[in-house]
Amino acid sequence: MIQQTNPNRRTFYLTVIYGLGGLMSAALAIPGAVYLLFPPRVKKSGDWVEAGDVSQLKDQEPSELVFKRTRLDGWRTLTEKTSAWVVKGGGQQITAFAPQCTHLGCAYHWDAGNKDFLCPCHTSVFSMDGKVVSGPAPRPLDEYEVKVQGTKILIGSIKKAPIVS
Amino acid sequence: MPIPPKVRSIVDWIDHRTGLETAIRDFLYEEIPESSGWHQVFGSIALFSFMVQAFTGILLAFNYAPTPGDAYNSVRYITLDLTGGALVRGLHHWGASLMIIVVVIHMTQVFISGGYKKPREATWLAGCVLLLTTFAFGLTGYLLPWDNRAYWGTVVTTQIAASAPVLGQYMQRLMGGSDGVGVVTFTRFYAMHVMILPLSMIALIGIHVYLVRKHGVAPVAGDVGPKKRFFPEQVFKDTLAIFAVFTVLFVLALVARAPLGRLADPTDTSYIPRPEWYFLFLFQTLKLFEGPLEVVGAVILPNLAILALFLVPFIDRGRAIKTAQRTVAIGVVVLAGLAWAGLTAAAIRSTPAAMEDTAGLEPDAEPWQLVAPSELAAVGYFRMQNCGKCHAGGKVTTHKTSEELIAHFKQATTVTQLSDSQLKALANVFIKMNPNAAAALLSAPQPAVDGAMVYEKSHCGICHQVNGVGVKLGPELNGVALRRNRDWLIQHFLDPQRLSPGSTMPRYRFSPKDMEAIVAYLHKVPN
Repeated sequence: MIQQTNPNRRTFYLTVIYGLGGLMSAALAIPGAVYLLFPPRVKKSGDWVEAGDVSQLKDQEPSELVFKRTRLDGWRTLTEKTSAWVVKGGGQQITAFAPQCTHLGCAYHWDAGNKDFLCPCHTSVFSMDGKVVSGPAPRPLDEYEVKVQGTKILIGSIKKAPIVS
Repeated sequence: MPIPPKVRSIVDWIDHRTGLETAIRDFLYEEIPESSGWHQVFGSIALFSFMVQAFTGILLAFNYAPTPGDAYNSVRYITLDLTGGALVRGLHHWGASLMIIVVVIHMTQVFISGGYKKPREATWLAGCVLLLTTFAFGLTGYLLPWDNRAYWGTVVTTQIAASAPVLGQYMQRLMGGSDGVGVVTFTRFYAMHVMILPLSMIALIGIHVYLVRKHGVAPVAGDVGPKKRFFPEQVFKDTLAIFAVFTVLFVLALVARAPLGRLADPTDTSYIPRPEWYFLFLFQTLKLFEGPLEVVGAVILPNLAILALFLVPFIDRGRAIKTAQRTVAIGVVVLAGLAWAGLTAAAIRSTPAAMEDTAGLEPDAEPWQLVAPSELAAVGYFRMQNCGKCHAGGKVTTHKTSEELIAHFKQATTVTQLSDSQLKALANVFIKMNPNAAAALLSAPQPAVDGAMVYEKSHCGICHQVNGVGVKLGPELNGVALRRNRDWLIQHFLDPQRLSPGSTMPRYRFSPKDMEAIVAYLHKVPN
């Protein structure tokens, strides 16, 4: 013979079981989601790095300057090689483009014959001032903050170019 | 609660194809003795604790790097840099202790009530293996943060395993510890902790629960009343008990930070290794035996105890009687409890107040804390001489060599009572001008700067090192804040030999102001 539980008690039991069960699941799931999704605490961001000298640049011809910069990668501080495509404009205006295509991050290069930047992955083409000429790239090339001190080219962090529709 | 027909038909569809609903029903509507109740909630809590450990363990694995080179920093990153990281790690750390407590209570309850008796011997044996697995989780887990406690605990563990008769050397080889504890041991402990043990645990829990179901929940002796169902009344009691325990765990994880000591340092002779609290009784047992008998305390006795635990159902084969009449069983539990408490208390008494346990959780040192004492003292000269009046922010551009700078100091109207060596130190800061010194110039707090000046004036660097500068004749002063408190430092300055017999350090009778400053400085030296 099996004892039967009184219906009112049964409802009470079920409420407590599902209520506390739900509460505990939330107490684990929410911190878990926050832990996985929130960005880590920001530490001091990158300083200005010397990338090269103005004399290395040619008029109307981008140069790829390779330099070392310190980057925070999780729990590691890395000093790694990175590069920038640096263009000296007509009015001594200097622009430095981040070396990744804005489509899916491939490394593009300067096509001297066509006088434009060509990405080998999905054939995005950018003009010398970074604008999208053709291909799937959604926005112009990303630019670094850049300043010139004496004849030294100093490169800062990347400023994201807005999406042009 | 009536189920809407639409939902009902979907559930039926799934059940016809998978048998899922029937299986859950069979599980929940299991018949249990009328005498079941609150005393049987511990098995469920143990299972729940394991689930919390599995969940938080997987979360930790998302940001943890299992190599001696990265482990420590990734644990620091989880604890200090990730939102919720300290909570997740806290749940896992304290959850481990909690799980051991719950498993032991569960076992004690079964032992006292005689729940292991025929035909439930196999259930007990599976439970014993589960207990050992839980301990193995603890042992392999506390290596993983790779701080001093982890390192030394594992050194001792592998050495104990090596001392076992016959099998010792093979065990040591299996643990990768033949040539000392390093990458190999580390990786093997990690593989144990995240692969072998969880799989074993899940399989064993499966066997254990299957056996409980096969034989039914053990009734209290003499219970012949009508059966009742597991769901919902017993599940309700289990849930309430689990909730109480979980609340304690959650609050503990929020309030008490999981410890992290200093990075494992095989050359650190000042560290006093102690295992986790649940192994302290074994640690103390080991100390009762010396010389050739050590193997008795280290290996033989613990293994005999485990053997005895396994043999319990085969030793006590009498008929089931009421718990209150099981005086021998109760006596064994009381004696074991007293022995455990006595050994643990003795071990705790021989343990120095752990000043190091949170060393790894201190925020990174500020740049000004990283400069040499002479540089920090120079910051003091700079401020004392009002150099900032003309050189705001420490800007100097004209003088290229140390000699030129010193000549400039001597001409400057504001600079007065600096000795030649002080002038040289000041000049050096500006000639080298590393970024940390530049930061120190702007941000070093005055009490620490004053202390650095006392340090320089007293020539402490002739025997001591700070931030790698100075001579290592006496103890290195980085980390002194962890080892010694303020009062100890003051007393030690006044009479070194009283606190460190045999020390060659002279007495320093500083003025109260200087004493205050140097102690403040030493407590700001990075660990």
